[in-house]
Amino acid sequence: MILYILLIIMIIGAIAAVQMQDLISAVIAVGAVGLALSIAFLVLKAPDLAITQLVVEILCLIILIRATLKKDLPFSTSGRWFFNTLVVAVFTVTFLGIGYYCLKDLPVFGQPIMKVANIYLETGLSKTGASNLVAAVILDFRAYDTLGEATILFTAVIGVIAIMRRVGRKKVGEEVEEDE
Amino acid sequence: MLLYFLCLVLFSIGIFCILRKRNLIKIIIGIIIAEYAVHLFFALVGYRAEGRSPIFTPSENIFNMVDPLPQALVLTAIVIGLAVTAMMVAIAIRIYDKYGTFDITKIRKLHG
Repeated sequence: MILYILLIIMIIGAIAAVQMQDLISAVIAVGAVGLALSIAFLVLKAPDLAITQLVVEILCLIILIRATLKKDLPFSTSGRWFFNTLVVAVFTVTFLGIGYYCLKDLPVFGQPIMKVANIYLETGLSKTGASNLVAAVILDFRAYDTLGEATILFTAVIGVIAIMRRVGRKKVGEEVEEDE
Repeated sequence: MLLYFLCLVLFSIGIFCILRKRNLIKIIIGIIIAEYAVHLFFALVGYRAEGRSPIFTPSENIFNMVDPLPQALVLTAIVIGLAVTAMMVAIAIRIYDKYGTFDITKIRKLHG
């Protein structure tokens, strides 16, 4: 029951974030969605995910506020406003319909298949010695996955540094232009 | 079933925001919302009714634990999502410095 309430809160927050005209308010609404998601993870018995989601949500909010500070944009309805909205709405409704049709093939909520995870549950403690099975999976059974994650993380950090760097490498005769 | 569908609705809101909005920050917000929906969907699929979190404690049996595998995958995906968001925001800030706007219909000139 509490999951339904949390999901409805998330949907309301998402609609607010999409339709809000003020950018700072939209960013704060995204923060509300992330907080509800964190609580939903706790209800779903995933404490590691809840902690990580909370930390990531705070960092994400700081980054987005840094981007939107003093850079507001007035809401404009120029162009083919009605046509664009109609096309996108038709696409989204079609997507929802097909998705609803496909969701019937999933296992019922509360009864996962767990064909792979049963081996982890039975032999995880004796093979890895970790009492937290999520940590055992990400650091031992699927450590290559975590290695790829670290690679992506460092690549993204290098990309951010390369993009945000103000001054490029100067050529020999270019110092005069940079000083302006 | 209804929970899955509500999760899908959340994803659709993100898709709608990506496709319809013209503000770069709004597009990034749409991507973040769709990402949240996918994470929640993975956690929902791995949930077992009346289960407990996959952490061993003494003198308890293992037969009612939730699935640890989707949780591990989502843990990876959350961190990657943060890195990707930071990179998108960095690109948006540079575009604002160059063009003075976040409106994607006004960012047309490609002069270096």
